[in-house]
Order: sequence, then C-alpha cells, then structure tokens
Amino acid sequence: MRHILSILVENEAGALSRISGLFSARGYNIESLTVAPTEDATMSRMTIVTVGSDDVIEQITKQLNKLVEVVKVIDLSDGNHIERELMLVKVRAAGKDRDEMKRLAEIFRGSILDVTDKSYTIELTGTGSKLDAFLQAIEPGVILETVRTGASGIGRGERILRI
Amino acid sequence: MQLTGAEIVIRCLQEEGVDYVFGYPGGAVLNIYDELFKQDKVKHVLVRHEQGAVHAADGYSRSSQKVGVALVTSGPGVTNAVTGIATAYMDSIPLVMLTGQVPTHAIGQDAFQECDTVGITRPCVKHNFLVKDVNDLALTIKKAFYLATTGRPGPVLVDIPKDVTQAKAEFSYPKTVSLRSYNPVTRGHTGQIKKAVQLLLEAKRPMVYAGGGVVLNNAAPQLTRLVRLLGFPCTNTLMGLGGFPGTDPQFTGMLGMHGTYESNMAMQHCDVLLAVGARFDDRVIGDPANYLRTDRKIIHIDIDPSSISKRVKVDVPIVGYVGDVLDEMLKLIESSGQRPDAAALKSWWSEIKEWQRKDCLNYDRKSALIKPQFVIEKLYEITGGDAFVTSDVGQHQMWAAQYYKFDKPRRWINSGGLGTMGFGLPAAMGVQLVNPGATVACVTGEASIQMCIQELSTCKQYHLPIKIVNLNNRYMGMVRQWQQFFYGNRYAESYMDALPDFVKLAEAYGHTGVKVEKPGDVEGALKDAFKQKERLVFLDFITDQTENVFPMVPGGKGLTEMILAEEL
Ligand SMILES: Cc1cc2nc3c(=O)[nH]c(=O)nc-3n(C[C@H](O)[C@H](O)[C@H](O)COP(=O)(O)OP(=O)(O)OC[C@H]3O[C@@H](n4cnc5c(N)ncnc54)[C@H](O)[C@@H]3O)c2cc1C
Ligand SMILES: Cc1ncc(C[n+]2csc(CCOP(=O)(O)OP(=O)(O)O)c2C)c(N)n1
Ligand SMILES: [Mg+2]
Repeated sequence: MRHILSILVENEAGALSRISGLFSARGYNIESLTVAPTEDATMSRMTIVTVGSDDVIEQITKQLNKLVEVVKVIDLSDGNHIERELMLVKVRAAGKDRDEMKRLAEIFRGSILDVTDKSYTIELTGTGSKLDAFLQAIEPGVILETVRTGASGIGRGERILRI
Repeated sequence: MQLTGAEIVIRCLQEEGVDYVFGYPGGAVLNIYDELFKQDKVKHVLVRHEQGAVHAADGYSRSSQKVGVALVTSGPGVTNAVTGIATAYMDSIPLVMLTGQVPTHAIGQDAFQECDTVGITRPCVKHNFLVKDVNDLALTIKKAFYLATTGRPGPVLVDIPKDVTQAKAEFSYPKTVSLRSYNPVTRGHTGQIKKAVQLLLEAKRPMVYAGGGVVLNNAAPQLTRLVRLLGFPCTNTLMGLGGFPGTDPQFTGMLGMHGTYESNMAMQHCDVLLAVGARFDDRVIGDPANYLRTDRKIIHIDIDPSSISKRVKVDVPIVGYVGDVLDEMLKLIESSGQRPDAAALKSWWSEIKEWQRKDCLNYDRKSALIKPQFVIEKLYEITGGDAFVTSDVGQHQMWAAQYYKFDKPRRWINSGGLGTMGFGLPAAMGVQLVNPGATVACVTGEASIQMCIQELSTCKQYHLPIKIVNLNNRYMGMVRQWQQFFYGNRYAESYMDALPDFVKLAEAYGHTGVKVEKPGDVEGALKDAFKQKERLVFLDFITDQTENVFPMVPGGKGLTEMILAEEL
C-alpha cells in the first residue's frame, strides 16, 4: 500500500541523511521525498511517499520517531488529506502540434512558462496521477525533459501537524 | 571564566563524574590529551588499539551501569573504533564517544587523517554530533550523556574538530537538558498493565521470557519478585542472563538457538507469554512464522516501541521502563488477592519437568580429553558462581552461557547482537577497572583472543589480574560446527593453523601462562590461577576438538526443531 508520511524534523545539518539512511539501511522504499524549512526556521517539514504493508509502515513510523532529530511523524494516508506535486515539462511544440500542446496544457490547468519557436516549458501541479495522465496524454516522442518535485501533503480541515 | 574547548571537555567529564576514559592519542586530540595530563580526577587508560578502548568502555558500563567513555583521534582512530561502537549499539550499551576531527576549515578538503566520522558512525550510534562552535561544546556533551542513558540506551558520539578544542568560550555545565524532539515514553500505560495482569492471572501455561532490558534497567529484583510471586517458569535470553537467578528452580535455562530443550518447548507451547525487555531476536525464536503457529497471547514490555511487534505481533504492548512496569504489576497482583490457577500451573510444571528429564546439557563427563563444558563447570565452582565473566564469540561463548549459572545481573558480559570476536579481553579490562578486587574471567577461544591480543599489554600496564580461560580447540569451532552440520564436513578455512604458544605469549607480555592438557589438571590449574590475586593468568586449555554446542536450532527453523546431542 502507498503511504504518504509527513515529518517535522529539526532543521539541522545531517537530519536528512539520517532519515534517508534509515530507509536504505532497513530496506524501506522511498518513492519520493520532499523537504524544506517551515514557517519556523528551526524546523523542516518532509513528505515521504513510501509503499509497504501495514506492518512495514508501522515499523517505518516507529523507526522515524526514534531518530533524535525527528519531532513528529504522521501518516497522512490515515485520513483525509491533500496531495500536490509540481512538474515542469519541456515539450517539442512546432507546426501543427503547437496549438494542440497549448490546448492540452489548458485542459490540465497547466501554464506555459517558457516558449521558443520549437518548444514549450509547461508547469503543472496536481496529484501524481494527474501528472502521469498528462504525460500519457501527449506523445512520448515530444517530451524533451521532465522534472518533478515529488508529492507534498497536508491534512484536510482541522487536521494539523505542528508541535 | 573563558576556557579552551579542550579544558571544557575535561570539565564536562568531571561534572559527569567520569572516573575512567579509555583512549588512544593522535594529532586531532592532542589538546584534549594535554588537558587530561594536567589533572587527575579523570583517569585515562591507554589501550593498544582503538577497538579495545571502546570494548573496555563497554565492559566498564555493562558491569557497573555507569556510562562508558572512550576518546580516539580522527581518521584511523575513528575507523578502528567503529567495531566497538557497533557492538555497543547492538546491545544498547550507554557510551559517550569523543572523537577528534580535523580543524573546521579543513573539513571536506581530504585533509590528513580526515574521515566523515558522523557519516561513518551514523547507522551504529543512537545519535551523533559534530561540534563546529566551541560555544556549543558543553551543551552537546551534556546532551550526549543524557541521550546515552535515557530511553533505550546506546552509544552517542561527539566529533570535535581540533580548532574547537583550541578556541575559548565561557564555561558553564548545564544541570539539565531537554530536547523537544526527544521524549521517550517511560511510564507504561496503566490500562495495558491491568490487561496484562489479568492475562497473567488467567494463564494456564504461562512463560516469562526476559532479556537484556531487565539487566540494562536494573530490574532484576522486580522480575525475580514477580516470577516467584506467580510461580511461573522463567527463561533468559543470552543478554538477559543474571536478570533472573540462574540457580532458581523456576529458571529453565537460556532459550533460543542454543537454549535448553525445556525453555524452547515452554516458549513454544505456552498460552501466555510475558516478554520483558527482550526483542524476539532471530537467534531466539527462529522463524517467526513457525513461532506463531501455536496460539498464545503475548504481553511485551519494552522501552522502545520499535522493538514491539517488529518480528512478532503482540497482544498487549506496554511501552515503558521495565522496572516501573513490573513494580506496577506487582502492586496490582498483590492488592488483587488473586493468584494464578494452581492446578493448571502444577500440570504445566509437570510437563516442563518432563522436558527437563531430557537433560539436554549432559555431556561425556568421562572423556579422556578436556571437555569445554567441564572447564566452565569447574570455573563456576571455583569462583563460587560469583565472578564477572566476559566472553568472546563462538562455541566457548555458548558453553559459558549454558554452564555458568549467573545469579546476579551485570556479571555476564558478552557481545550478543553483533557477535564481535575480540570483545572479551578488552571488555574484561573495563570490568576489572570498575570492579577492583573482583574476580574477572575472560572465557575465549584461540581464534577470538587473537583479535585483540595486544590488550595484554594494557593489562600489564594497569595491573589487571584478569584470568583468561582459553578453550583452545584449534578450530573456529562455531564455524566448524556449521560446516559439519550444514556443509558436508567441508571445513573451509575454519582450522586455526600456526597457533602461537600462548604460554610464551602471555609471558612475553609479562603475565603468567599455563597450558592444561588433561581433564585431571583442570581443577588444579583453575584453583592456582584464581589464587593469584595480583596477576593475569592465561590458562590455555587444550580441549576436545570435535565437541559441538547442543541443543541447536538450525538457522531459520522453528524453536522446537532442535538438534540434541543424543541424536547424533
Ligand atoms: C554465536 C551466538 C549465538 C547466539 N545464540 C543465542 C541463543 O541461543 N539465545 C539467545 O537468547 N541469544 C543468542 N545470541 C544473542 C542474540 O544474537 C541477541 O543478541 C539476543 O538474543 C538479544 O537479546 P534480547 O532479546 O534480550 O535483547 P537485547 O539486545 O538485550 O535488547 C534489549 C531489549 O530491551 C529493551 N530495553 C532496553 N532498556 C530497557 C528499559 N530500561 N526498559 C525496557 N526495555 C528496555 C530494548 O529496547 C531492547 O528491545 C547469540 C549470539 C551469538 C553471537
Ligand atoms: C570479528 C568477527 N569475525 C568473524 C566472526 C564469525 N565467527 C563467529 S564464531 C567464529 C569462530 C570463533 O572461533 P574461536 O574464537 O576459536 O571460538 P570457538 O568457536 O572455537 O569456541 C567466527 C569466525 C565473528 N563473529 N566476528
Ligand atoms: Mg576455537
């Protein structure tokens, strides 16, 4: 099962490698990992997407909590949450493809950030599967480059992660 | 007052009441050594290899419940220490490691004797720090002691660049410290404890399985009271030996791969299991799927939530210090006036006694060759069962665990989790230093002892009258045993050829060496050795080469699938 973990961690050198090291040392999966400081500069918030059975996820959560620099861990997938990922994709856009590509970007609520006479650079946000759907909708041959941030997540409604 | 970083390090150690530091000097720690030299509160023990420093600090801690402290230089000093750190980490031993580092401006430059200490040790410490500013030094050392000793104990490393030891800062040692990100649960959940007590009182075939957590938490008295009050059978893991008295009639012996027949059978067939500070290790329950084939309720007390339901799902998890949880259980049981079902218990005990009749630790007592088990039995007799016994890793370790009956905790000092050959002798040094005047024996094998043999020199320097009991079978016996059982007798590289003359070797280091070749000489040799209170004696027992450790649960098998001596 896919799980999305949110982690508050002390904003200290080495904290990231402790966490990624934990995953590799214990053979846990990381599908994606994002991290940046929070409004409180002494803390960072990390979102890790991982897959594993309930037992494995339970161990991952316990092992993360055991790390001295980890302040709090929640499994967003335990409840309602919002998940977003940002993708920048550079596509070939020449001739008759040009209009088609623009329309497609609009359908997916993307915006074109950069234009040359042969290419567009499109920004898209959404769930991972929406981004996948976009990539599937266009011909693989026209994709020149993609870069994705991995998912960030937040609980819905009153569900709040803070100390 | 402004102090240098090096002065601050020493002042911190003094404030923590550290009496011994085990270490080895080098460029990056010269400032610290200079400050050590100028005072005499904190004594330094100069080992002969950094691995020895860490094992010595480790043995010091295991046998005294104090924090062990080791000090090594950057680069090779640290890499040599890694085995010791990993050993302590696997067995949850509280250590503070102080390591020198190249100056802050040189970090990352491939400087002389630079290594990424924090990176290298990250997976085998509870936590580590690199101190880049002398103003953070005292607080960091305070945190290190705090982290090492609270919650699940473990080694904590503080990496100190050389320029930080030179720079000056105002010194004040914090009295307390707290970290918002570190709050181990210490008090067990009362509701869970009540549930556990109910289960225990209703059990028909109960079993108590107690591990290293009992020893680490000094909870042997509580465990002993509870087990006696309930009249239940009790087993210990290799790390838990001494946590319940080895001579108590309710003790069924160690369990696990080389545990007794009765302990393993009772562990498998109980209907309620009370697991106390033990982590369902693979050497203990073998294949978890097999273990779970029998239906039972499991209560698990552990300070570390990640130890609970890691390998075996449990019914009543209790996170907390074992001592406190056991205290609460005792109170509840005592005040309830309830006692377990006496008739059920009686028939359970008669089943256990039936298993005990297998006499699984029996061996050929009439052999013309020295049987290693016999040496341990004699060691037990001659030391009145009251010695501190350290060991290395292999068959000799298992025999020591099986045949020496530990009545007290912190008397059995061995590397269980990592299984580090070379641990025994340096660990014994730490034990002897913190227990001056006590009887300390190091049970070892001819292969293991050579891994840290250089520490004989340290023993000479500090007059440590350790008795080395070398069960010399001219084989890496434990390896050979596996090769005999599982690799068609192909003894690939497990033969110890070109062994040194251990008697001469001991003498070369200024100690006494004795070679013992006949069963009839074992007792006399041990008696003579233990009479020599001032000297280290190296006893080289030439034992039966073919002896194996029984019972044995082959790796990955179920607990009851034991190979017994009689079956071969
Ligand atoms: C050659 C060889 C053979 C071996 N064969 C066997 C064998 O036959 N049988 C055997 O038992 N072992 C054997 N071992 C050892 C084995 O590898 C493990 O080290 C050992 O079984 C673990 O013991 P433990 O479960 O008591 O856990 P430990 O490693 O001692 O861990 C202690 C547990 O207690 C918890 N704890 C710590 N402090 C507290 C506290 N204050 N309060 C509450 N909980 C606390 C910890 O979180 C941890 O879960 C062998 C090792 C070697 C090298
Ligand atoms: C540092 C290290 N290397 C290798 C091993 C694997 N190993 C386990 S037991 C053993 C043999 C030990 O031989 P010896 O010390 O003579 O003890 P015996 O089993 O013969 O009693 C070996 C090589 C280990 N545990 N530690
Ligand atoms: Mg041997």
